[in-house]
Amino acid sequence: MKKLLIWLPLALFVLVFALVMNGLIQPSDRIVRSAMVGKPLPAMHLPPMLADKPGIDAKDFATGKPRLLNIFASWCIPCVAEAPQLLKLKQAGAEIDAIAVRDTTPDVQAFLARNGDPYTRIGDDHAMRAQLSLGSSGVPETFVIDSHGVIVDQHVGDIRAEDVPKLLAALEKAK
Amino acid sequence: MRRALAAVALLLAGTAQADSSLPASPLAYTQLPDPAQEAQAKALMETLRCLVCQGQSIADSDADMAGEMRALVRQRVAAGERPAQVRKWLMDRYGDYVTYDPPLSWVTAPLWIAPLLLLGIGLFLARRLFRRRTA
Repeated sequence: MKKLLIWLPLALFVLVFALVMNGLIQPSDRIVRSAMVGKPLPAMHLPPMLADKPGIDAKDFATGKPRLLNIFASWCIPCVAEAPQLLKLKQAGAEIDAIAVRDTTPDVQAFLARNGDPYTRIGDDHAMRAQLSLGSSGVPETFVIDSHGVIVDQHVGDIRAEDVPKLLAALEKAK
Repeated sequence: MRRALAAVALLLAGTAQADSSLPASPLAYTQLPDPAQEAQAKALMETLRCLVCQGQSIADSDADMAGEMRALVRQRVAAGERPAQVRKWLMDRYGDYVTYDPPLSWVTAPLWIAPLLLLGIGLFLARRLFRRRTA
């Protein structure tokens, strides 16, 4: 018994060391995912951001066709990076609506003129209320809304080229 | 010369803007007129996690989103909601992670049970040791 006990401190040290190394090599995931996935889109009514496009109303989503709801801002740099991928999604037939977070009309106009405009509707979420009610914790984020208006998927961060087929598949599944 | 120019250009370059230029909602940085309600709201804010600066509570953080979350908490408390309801509203959207006061669940149960268990083991060991001495 005593012979075994003598190894106990070393065993404890190895255990703690392994824990620390694991934390260093593989830091834990800090992404906060929305708990709204699987639930209907919460009631929201956002005024239009641009004169020539309607705003966002949760009622417009249960229309029999799945849609993407992109949360973006003109002041958000990863949003610039994902713009070409959104255009690709649009070309592939995806319907994309947007929530512009804490933004102004001229800034959004300039952003879309520079990076392309894939959006059907853009709602003005100046106080982040819609973003908070969606359980979104940053820009950009993209929600997949199915044909009945239920949130079925959430993409956190900018959409990269390799995410485009995944989102198209999610839209196909949400029909 | 080119290098010097490049260095000067770097010095003159602005930082990449990563926050909105819009002013925050009034209630993000203004207390509620009713001190009792403000005290309730403040106590709740101190137990809610800022989602973009995850080590801080929304009461401590200057991030845009923390400001808007404070405004949301104050608005709802001012409208007569109990702090527990506001916390529930946020937990329905962000999960238990958003609160620093997580509910008892299978994941958090060890936090409550472990101290009792360790105390029990301690008592057991102490009893055995004392017995040996008296014997």
